[in-house]
Amino acid sequence: MWQRIGRLIVKEFLVVLRDPRTRLILIVPPMIQLLIFSFAATHEVRNVVLGVYNEDGGLASRELLDRIHAIPETFSRIEYFQELRSAEEALAAQRVLAVLHIGQTFSKELLSGGAGPVQVLVDGRRSNSAMIVQGYLARILEDFASQATGGARPAASPSGQAESSVDAADSAPAAAKLAVLPPRPVSRMWFNPNLNPIWSTLPGLVAVLSNLVALLITALSVAREKELGTFEQLLVSPLRAGEILVGKAVPAVVLGVLEGTLMITMAVLVFRLPLSWHGLQVLLAAMPLFLVAVVGIGLFVSSLARTQQQGLLGAFTYQVPATLLSGFATPVENIADGLRWIAYINPLQYMVGLARMAFLENPGWDVVWGRIWPMAPIGLVTLTGAALLFRQARLLAVTGR
Amino acid sequence: MSNRTAMTVEEVTKRFRSDRPPALVGVSAVIRYGQITGLVGPDGAGKTTLLRLMAGLLPPDQGRILLEGRDVRDPAVRQELGYMPQKFGLYEELTVLENLHLYADLRGLSGRPRQATIGRLLEFSGLGPFGDRLAGRLSGGMKQKLGLACALLGNPKVLLLDEPTVGVDPVSRRGLWQMVEGLAAEGLAVVWATAYLDEAERCAEVLALQEGQLLFAGPPGELTGRMAGKTFLVSVPGDRRRALAAQLLQRPEVADATVQGNRIRVVLREAMDEGPATSREVGEGPAVWEDQSVAPTPPRFEDALILLLGGSAKERASGAFSFFPQRIAQVDYEGPWAVEAAGLTKKFGSFTAVDRVSFHVSRGEIFGLLGPNGAGKSTTFKMLCGLLPPTAGKAQVAGVDIRRAAAKARNAMGYMAQKFSLYGNLSVRQNLEFFGGVYGLRRRKLKEMAAHMAEEFQLGPFMETNAEELPLGFQQRLAMACALMHQPPVLFLDEPTSGVDPLTRREFWMRIHALAQRGSTVIVTTHFMDEAEYCDRLALMHQGRIIAEGAPDQIKASAATPSRPAPSLEDAFVELLEREAKELVEPAAR
Repeated sequence: MWQRIGRLIVKEFLVVLRDPRTRLILIVPPMIQLLIFSFAATHEVRNVVLGVYNEDGGLASRELLDRIHAIPETFSRIEYFQELRSAEEALAAQRVLAVLHIGQTFSKELLSGGAGPVQVLVDGRRSNSAMIVQGYLARILEDFASQATGGARPAASPSGQAESSVDAADSAPAAAKLAVLPPRPVSRMWFNPNLNPIWSTLPGLVAVLSNLVALLITALSVAREKELGTFEQLLVSPLRAGEILVGKAVPAVVLGVLEGTLMITMAVLVFRLPLSWHGLQVLLAAMPLFLVAVVGIGLFVSSLARTQQQGLLGAFTYQVPATLLSGFATPVENIADGLRWIAYINPLQYMVGLARMAFLENPGWDVVWGRIWPMAPIGLVTLTGAALLFRQARLLAVTGR
Repeated sequence: MSNRTAMTVEEVTKRFRSDRPPALVGVSAVIRYGQITGLVGPDGAGKTTLLRLMAGLLPPDQGRILLEGRDVRDPAVRQELGYMPQKFGLYEELTVLENLHLYADLRGLSGRPRQATIGRLLEFSGLGPFGDRLAGRLSGGMKQKLGLACALLGNPKVLLLDEPTVGVDPVSRRGLWQMVEGLAAEGLAVVWATAYLDEAERCAEVLALQEGQLLFAGPPGELTGRMAGKTFLVSVPGDRRRALAAQLLQRPEVADATVQGNRIRVVLREAMDEGPATSREVGEGPAVWEDQSVAPTPPRFEDALILLLGGSAKERASGAFSFFPQRIAQVDYEGPWAVEAAGLTKKFGSFTAVDRVSFHVSRGEIFGLLGPNGAGKSTTFKMLCGLLPPTAGKAQVAGVDIRRAAAKARNAMGYMAQKFSLYGNLSVRQNLEFFGGVYGLRRRKLKEMAAHMAEEFQLGPFMETNAEELPLGFQQRLAMACALMHQPPVLFLDEPTSGVDPLTRREFWMRIHALAQRGSTVIVTTHFMDEAEYCDRLALMHQGRIIAEGAPDQIKASAATPSRPAPSLEDAFVELLEREAKELVEPAAR
């Protein structure tokens, strides 16, 4: 029996690895996705065009604008308008994301200890970026106001990074002014001190992409054999359904682990993510179990599909919602109550969490274990389901023309 | 007086890839109106390329093809050609009428002529009553008729047909042939590429291609005439005919020897007026001519073509499988029969595909399952090899119930599917080792058997080539080699020769005979009537039941009628099916 399964595994590896296209599919698209997700699809807001309508012209307003100019990575260009209407038109035409409207009395009121009228118009159509830019501007204004009223202070870095620190024990005059200032929190980002978005995206991506690879390999494998007619050959051989299942699952799990390892290597070497020895152990312990669960789903899809095309469609029908509900891009907590159970039966959800933990947290085994074990029953269910369907597929393969 | 010339092919050469031999080399031919011109040759001989060039779909590298003096590359000329490729692009989700209208639109046919043409074609093809049926629901033969009707929509002067009868059962094949004969009688020029040599024999002229070269052009009778005095039938008592055929093949003066019913058909290299008995002195070889009753027989086109295409498969397939243990079938079997079907029944919903089919096959027998498409032979076959659970009844292989002791029964059988099921991107060696491996062959045995197979099937030069890159004939050999790696006592072959050229088919059957000689039992389904002749026994299926069973000669005898006292197997097949159809209708009429 083992010798037969061994042959099947060798054959399965050969079929996948001897095909130049499949080899390419295993390496190139994951690399491209890695690069796209890391560089292109970031949540950071950069390269914003800001419109400014400055009615004031006083020293304070110019100082404020200098500060905005000082962060070109966020506000790449500032467009000045001479009247409100043209600024509004630019906003409507999406030439600018936001308009900063500085009132006539800004410098004067600020000097006299007032608030200084400033209006920020943002484009609500681009809600996500708009919110973030609004936050940036609010922080800049707040800093500016507190310094203008509180005297010389080290310029805060308002570029959205975490170090918007105000040292309480700065200077005596500052201390004197403290009474009129609102309390300001000192934030410090744990686990990702620079709040580098790549740090939170990449670990999730390792999970998502190894999910994809294992799913594709298995979803296509049985369907391919049905197309070729070799599936019948397997069915008339002494191989049992369970043996075929194992023979198909093992190579996919191994290739999935290799794919994951490749991406972990990329993450550490190219993107400089921190990964402790312990974190690596966690990843390598969780990955095979996770992939077994995924491979069960892939084989399930493949048993249902009659052609590779159907298998591919089936794989993506699973992959897309599984990714969306994995906590990779949006928090699991956001899922409506009635649908949250989906996240709990989604193996990817556990793996995305585990990968983040492993890279960023250096968690204890007790914590990790709580996220690893649920994948075992999931894998058991998906593999059993695939095995049951496999028996059915024996019939589908021959009657379904 | 020969018919008026329609097309002339002038010194046409076509090459697809510079690193491969050309597909066609300096081919010249004449196609005439009012007759069917047959196009024959092995796979890869250039038949399809020639047809595509004639249809103006490809430009020739050299030479030209003219229709009434005008080049077929001219789109206006192309309008006068009807081309039906091997797989005609019918829209299976559309009805017969919708398909016709679609192709009429594509041809720019409109108004009254359109209605008239479609009406005429529906009547002529006999598809009239099925106008509203989905094309996907038509039988293989009817699909081809619809394809033909679509190709005829533009009222072409020349009709080019690429193997229109592949996969079509004998009854539908006759219908299609009659339809095209009718067209030729109306004055159309027809070019008919075919792998069926009996069809080629009925053509007014044939073009025989091999490796892109035209070997023969002219009436088939002319080629057959060359065979006069070279063909004989040797009568042998039942058991010995295969052994004798093998012995005869080893004689140097024998070009070909095949089992045909109870006799052996022998083709000699040189004509001998007094018969081969005098050849005792001619060659070395075993003396086998003595004591045989030898009678001359009229030559067939097939004999002539096989000699023309480079001798028989004799050299390649003689002495096959010497590495197989003698009489492998005796190894371990329970019970008297190699394969047994007892009351096999399969129902799909309310439809009964196979209805109480029973038969048994003894060791070393070649058993053929015949029947038109949808007769239930594939379903029966699949139940026999355990691919499909029967609704009732049981199937035993090597004395073991295929459902009960599946693994044991499966170990005893080899299986070769209709489309040669190989792993295309694995090498020949890897395919052999995989299929041997899943049957439990260990490393050393695996290497040994793979080497034997490579030698037996001349796969040696291709061992590291990917299976998908092999020529079709070699793919078939490899598929058979894979099925034989574990030396199964029972071999199941599902239409093993569909799409394979006559030469390769001949060679294939020699191997099957060699296997049977060694005690293997072979179950085969086939469409080819000449192949059915090679079987020891046949079962003829119709509408899920066996309507005739017996040796080919017995079946022929049972279908003899006063008007046709010595029917061919195909005649018998059609006759028996017609009788059966009558019996089904008559009780209903009463």
